[in-house]
Amino acid sequence: MDVQLKVRRQNPEAEGEPYWKEYALAVPDHFTLLDALIQLREEVDETLSLRCSCRSHICGSCGMRVNGHANLACKTKLSDLHTDTVTVEPMGNMPVIKDLVVDLEPFWKKLYSIDPYLQPAGEVPEREYVVPADSMLHLDGVVNCIMCGACVSDCESLSVNPLFIGPTAFAKEYRFVMDPRDAADTQRLMQMNGPGGVWDCTHCFQCVEVCPKDVAPMDRIMAMRKMLVDDGVTEKHNGARRQKAFADLVGRYGRLDESRYLMKSVSMGELAGYAKVGLRSAMRGKLPPLVPHRIPEAARIRRIFERTRSTHRRRFKLHQQAQEGSRV
Amino acid sequence: MTTYAFYPGCVAKGGAPELYQSMVAVGEKLGFSLSELTGAACTGAGVISERDPLAGDVVNTRTFAMAEQLGHPIMTICSTCTGVMAQVASRVNHDADYRAEVNQYLSDEGLEYRGTTEVKHLLWALVEDYGLDRLKDLVVRPLSGVRLAPFYGCYIVRPSKAVDPLTAGREGYLEQVIATLGADPVEEYRGKDKCCGFPLLETNRKSSLALTGKRLDEARDVSADALVTPCPLCHLNLDGQQPDTPTASTQDSMPILHLPQAIGLAIGIAPERLGLARHIIDTKGLIRKLAVAG
Ligand code: SF4
Ligand code: SF4
Ligand code: SF4
Ligand code: SF4
Ligand code: FES
Repeated sequence: MDVQLKVRRQNPEAEGEPYWKEYALAVPDHFTLLDALIQLREEVDETLSLRCSCRSHICGSCGMRVNGHANLACKTKLSDLHTDTVTVEPMGNMPVIKDLVVDLEPFWKKLYSIDPYLQPAGEVPEREYVVPADSMLHLDGVVNCIMCGACVSDCESLSVNPLFIGPTAFAKEYRFVMDPRDAADTQRLMQMNGPGGVWDCTHCFQCVEVCPKDVAPMDRIMAMRKMLVDDGVTEKHNGARRQKAFADLVGRYGRLDESRYLMKSVSMGELAGYAKVGLRSAMRGKLPPLVPHRIPEAARIRRIFERTRSTHRRRFKLHQQAQEGSRV
Repeated sequence: MTTYAFYPGCVAKGGAPELYQSMVAVGEKLGFSLSELTGAACTGAGVISERDPLAGDVVNTRTFAMAEQLGHPIMTICSTCTGVMAQVASRVNHDADYRAEVNQYLSDEGLEYRGTTEVKHLLWALVEDYGLDRLKDLVVRPLSGVRLAPFYGCYIVRPSKAVDPLTAGREGYLEQVIATLGADPVEEYRGKDKCCGFPLLETNRKSSLALTGKRLDEARDVSADALVTPCPLCHLNLDGQQPDTPTASTQDSMPILHLPQAIGLAIGIAPERLGLARHIIDTKGLIRKLAVAG
């Protein structure tokens, strides 16, 4: 098949600005983007820089943006793309070293910041730790992470907030928070509640969408938000207030009333910043009704919330079991 | 003619009343038969399920069951509602055991969901059920000469497994509709499927406004005249918060149209009936430009 590759090139070391270069290539139908890029480098333009190793989506080296979204080049079959021209760019949210090679230093720093290793408590057992299978099996998805950086590349919050800890590190954090052997979960959750923590995620699903290993970082972030609230680590954070406000209002009226929601979700001090917006809206006849509209039988919604909430389970932790004197 | 169980969502009836207003006007003209689900609750916008995933699934399944009783597919006019419902549907429609668990919470209302309700955004209904040819026949004032960039909203495009499970063919719908209305759909607009920052509004307003501003700047970079969105929450940020975005004071303002408003203008509905005066960012300049071009 014939393929047109439009590659974003740059050599910052030589103080070069980024530019696009197009290459026309004839390749076998079964080729992946990585195969094509390697052929390109070997036969057409040896100055092109890229990273790769395993060529079988295991090592996580070949992350790049393909037609605007991060992916592994070796997992991208050209024939699946259904486009005549394939645009190829380095990953986002990381500085470019050259062409498709980015500097992963900020990526690793974020990962180290969450202490990505097991921190058990108590005596180390003579043999292995023994835990119930179902307390561990559901971590299958998160342990599949190959540290390719695709999620970080396309993370919307990171693009405007360099403090944000980011999807890869959060997925890893979840892995330890949920690991029965790890005893640092409270401390971990406190960190999650701080600046750059889980409340700074904009819930955009980019990380879920681009992850080549179905790690679903955002789902883990949402699960940790829930833990923060359930464990009583946070009540004052706007994120926790927002959850409560939403459930209260929908529980009472069956629907959301935005002005009350905002008033309950942010602190008095911050409200002033939003007041302007309210005023602007009022002047355009956009404010929600003073007495919120209520759906018929709204009480049923509250009842549903009460009943589902009573089914919540605590997470299983070995050190707590030990304290409570029960045996595994 | 397909009848829809119409689910307008809270924002269309609250903070963005011009969306509801324009949808009703456009629906009449297109001949849509809309039977509003007045007893349905809020989808929870992802916040309810953040607190309690099961509660989110139950409340939305309740809505599906109501539509199933009516025998109609659900039609939404909000990307967020659509996405939340599509995600719930992906869990309850094909897993009978889980559906039974969820149904337990609905039985005291006499409701039981059998897993057959289809959820469609107006955008999908237009392209897949109504047909762009029929829409084209109704265009009396083509929006020619203006550049209307598409702004999808996260939840109508991601996760694609939930919102576009079969075909992955829904990618270009908004561009297709805009082109059918006679406008230039600004294919090169990179912000179209990115985040407007709305979910960060209460937890990190600075980042929220930075994201909103970024999307607007990307639209300015490709000389768009306005954005068109199928999501009222995006509208709340892109329009309502626009004056507070980082570059607002130095840049031209960017009008934001709800999808039914753009359709309404092209099929000859008066701007007043579409609620175009109810925006924070003035739409008069855009309407003038359209009048000159048309
Ligand atoms: S969902 Fe959150 S973590 Fe994932 S990409 Fe979006 S902002 Fe980043
Ligand atoms: S979570 Fe997925 S996308 Fe992110 S680094 Fe791990 S494997 Fe890559
Ligand atoms: S999700 Fe949003 S727009 Fe949809 S029903 Fe709820 S608050 Fe309303
Ligand atoms: S673009 Fe904005 S309102 Fe729209 S779905 Fe994303 S975050 Fe939500
Ligand atoms: S080369 Fe190893 S993941 Fe692509």
